Amino acid sequence: MIAEVGLFSLVLAFTLAVAQATVPLYGAAVGDGRLMAFARSSAIGQLLFVAFAFGSLTAAFVVSDFSVSLVAQHSHSAKPLMYKISGVWGNHEGSMLLWVLILAIFGGAVAAFARNLPDTLVARVLAVQGMIGAGFLAFILFTSNPFARLDPAPVNGNGLNPLLQDPGLATHPPFLYLGYVGFSMAFSFAVAALIEGRVDPAWARWVRPWTLAAWAFLTMGIMLGSLWAYYELGWGGWWFWDPVENASLMPWLAGTALLHSAIVVEKRDALKRWTILLAILTFTLSLIGTFLVRSGVISSVHSFASDPARGVFILGLLVATTGGALTLYAIRAPQMKLGNLFAFASRETSLILNNVFLVVTCGAIFIGTFLPLFVQISNGDQLSVGAPVYNFFFVPLAIVLMALMAIGPLLSWKRGNIAAALFRLKVAAVAALGVAAGTLLLQAGWAAIAFAVAAWLLVGSVWVIVERMNLSGGLGAAWARAAGLPRSAWGMVVAHAGVAVCAIGIASMSVWTAETVTLLKAGQAASVAGYEVRLLSVRDEQGPNYTAKVGRFAVSIGGAQIDEMIAEKRVYPNPGSETTEAALRVRPLDVLYVTLGQGHPDGVWTVRMYHHPLVVFIWGGAVIMVLGGLLSLSDRRLRVGAPRRAAA
Amino acid sequence: MNAFGRTNPLWLLLCVLLFSSLAHAVEPDEKLADPALEARARALTAELRCVVCQNQSVDDSDAPLAKDIRVLVRERIMAGDTDEEVIDYIVARYGRFVLLNPPLSGDTVLLWFGPGILLVVGLALAYLYVRRLNRAPVAPQPLSPAEEDAVKRIIEDPRA
Amino acid sequence: MSRYLSLVPLFLLLALAAYFAIGLSTDSRTVKSVLIDKPLPAFDLPKFGADGETFGSESLKGRVSLLNVFASWCITCRVEHPVLVKLTQEKRVAIYGLAWKDKPEELKAWLEELGNPYLAIADDAKGRTAIDLGVTGAPETYVIDKKGRIRFKQVGAIDDYVWRETIEPLVAHLEAEP
Repeated sequence: MIAEVGLFSLVLAFTLAVAQATVPLYGAAVGDGRLMAFARSSAIGQLLFVAFAFGSLTAAFVVSDFSVSLVAQHSHSAKPLMYKISGVWGNHEGSMLLWVLILAIFGGAVAAFARNLPDTLVARVLAVQGMIGAGFLAFILFTSNPFARLDPAPVNGNGLNPLLQDPGLATHPPFLYLGYVGFSMAFSFAVAALIEGRVDPAWARWVRPWTLAAWAFLTMGIMLGSLWAYYELGWGGWWFWDPVENASLMPWLAGTALLHSAIVVEKRDALKRWTILLAILTFTLSLIGTFLVRSGVISSVHSFASDPARGVFILGLLVATTGGALTLYAIRAPQMKLGNLFAFASRETSLILNNVFLVVTCGAIFIGTFLPLFVQISNGDQLSVGAPVYNFFFVPLAIVLMALMAIGPLLSWKRGNIAAALFRLKVAAVAALGVAAGTLLLQAGWAAIAFAVAAWLLVGSVWVIVERMNLSGGLGAAWARAAGLPRSAWGMVVAHAGVAVCAIGIASMSVWTAETVTLLKAGQAASVAGYEVRLLSVRDEQGPNYTAKVGRFAVSIGGAQIDEMIAEKRVYPNPGSETTEAALRVRPLDVLYVTLGQGHPDGVWTVRMYHHPLVVFIWGGAVIMVLGGLLSLSDRRLRVGAPRRAAA
Repeated sequence: MNAFGRTNPLWLLLCVLLFSSLAHAVEPDEKLADPALEARARALTAELRCVVCQNQSVDDSDAPLAKDIRVLVRERIMAGDTDEEVIDYIVARYGRFVLLNPPLSGDTVLLWFGPGILLVVGLALAYLYVRRLNRAPVAPQPLSPAEEDAVKRIIEDPRA
Repeated sequence: MSRYLSLVPLFLLLALAAYFAIGLSTDSRTVKSVLIDKPLPAFDLPKFGADGETFGSESLKGRVSLLNVFASWCITCRVEHPVLVKLTQEKRVAIYGLAWKDKPEELKAWLEELGNPYLAIADDAKGRTAIDLGVTGAPETYVIDKKGRIRFKQVGAIDDYVWRETIEPLVAHLEAEP
């Protein structure tokens, strides 16, 4: 019964979305306040209906109602409650419902909180949101009904794949979706602005919090996925340049560019056309991400939900959404004013360069991801583009970008002084040279450049704050000055420092990873990077829905035992498969990573041990970036809808 | 069978499902005694795609076929093959598809030059944009007669 | 100028969409063989069930035949097997087998259970010949012409449809070649 109510609720949400997509638009065109106000109430209504549908599906999973086909396929009564719930979005249909739920949440948030925005803008933004919502709800209703029944109902379900029964992976998709879908706000604001024919600093201030929030969520989502891969897949890989990972990185890069170009619009009323285009591009890349995963158009094992019919539908959505927006863009953009003047050496130019590098990096990944498909279509030949290619392009572009990132914030708007900025960065330069020399002594080779640039960026970013604190005037006064800086300034410094920290982790992983693969019997030991790891025992154990081989290891340095570690190999009967639970000894500066491999006769086990120095910095850096985003988001000036548009 | 669509490397999942084992990659018995040769073998297999797992390198993969190819690569190295000869040997059997780092050819021009072209075009567009905004004269407007008067007064009597 | 520049993104999108649309109708999962129209790589392997004898690529010359790569551990092969058995019973085409990384006793039990459609089976216990053939997984089937060249590679199981639509016409065509 609950499934039918859920489905009915979705149908109502769809109907309402269609109304939301049209009525307010007409209202805004003819200036009818009541029709425009309908946008807010319908957005709230849509949120309620979609939330109810989502709740119904969650209820079906929680009570293990196997008469619902989706539950039967992806859940099992013996599964822990948490994974019953995460099972809701651990499949195609449910994840699309989550997508639409998040879209509705964003729409509802605009309706509820954006009180100070002009009515026409709210009406148009929500109408565009309504169009996207209607498209995706139609997609769910026509191709991916999550509430389909199964008759007769099976006694038990197939179970969720054990690799996915993990806290990291339970939370990864929602964050990723909050990011992807969050960029729909930037898109809707851009389209609304194109309809109104008006882009100005006030517009940029309204878009910024939504973009910032989406960006922070996406950063978090990517970081959680990478972290999950690291500890769950059993060999310490943290990024694979897989098409689906690329699909999340591309909107991240474009969204990062958008955050920066929107600052130019906000502060200087320039770069408007480009910013609008970026907003459209960023959401398009989010849609392509969805498209890529849902259609199997690229051979990635991620594309389990491969289904050409769905792919065609999403392609139609893509063309309608982005094509519509770009048509509007082609009509309106030439009428937009070029913007205020600025000199070559200025903050404006530095932000433009930031955009060039981010977008080119995004473009390089795009080419790498889609070229195999393109080649196959044009001459039937097959091609692989793997990590070596991506690293070849990504690393130099990222290094140049990071080098520039330290300079940009020191240039003033309109007319800056590069020489003065560089002079102010002398401490950072010394740090960079010191780090380069130090890492070269440690045989880091080419990675020394990456370390040096990361040090340059880290010190350079923090230096901005230190300078403003003016330590000569006493600590108390300095602290007061620091606290007095706007949150957005702090946000930038923290986020930039996060990039540097992340880069240090990546560079360290690429040069200093040590690995030992060996055969051990209980009592035998092997060493990796100065740690001696001894296999104590391997025992059988029984978990809630799996059985496991549990290996205990003793870790010692120089003969003195410092720790014990436990690595598992689990066998899940529903569905039958194995996972590796690596033993991790996590310290801020290094991770010792031990896995129990294959068993051999006579109690001999393949044991893999890795030493990963500074690997924590990779995700730590990402978390710091997110903190920077949140700091910036908490800035008073960016409160949603707070600023009124200056009287024209 | 279904899984998270948009997540991290689930191709591993496929390998897991197909081969029911998550012990990864190089087994101790495969390794060459000479560390230099072993390092070469690792570097080579890291650039070869595991044809069974689609998006995983031979070095990372646990598929039996990947293991065979790892052993094969090491045999070729022991037999004195150069890196190019080993790669050619594999490509002659599996085609260019196995190369994660595809060589420059007619249809990979876009891959190898595309990003560079994008960068040049991006920088050029940025330059043109900045120049347009920069070239427009920032010359000060002449002062109005009233302003001239005000300036004169201030110069003559700074305290006013 | 800027009017035309503003149209560029739209055209790029449309081109991209067209490209995706074609991509949706293309199967990107199977790996094509580079060995098409090339001679079958030379091999000489122990002949299964015949102690001391060998079976090699030379034996495949002179007639149109199928070389089926299979294994008793392969689930899809079990699905495919009855089709091969039927083809042999109806004398449609000569089928040879390449047992890929199989154990003799398991292979024997498998053939006893499901029947043996093969004229001869090469025992590739080490899997080295399979690599020479560019095998990516079992089952795979090579169509060999009279001169011993590979003319077609079927990745995955042969079912009635594949046989009727693809392999049977090809075999007939190859039979007609000198």
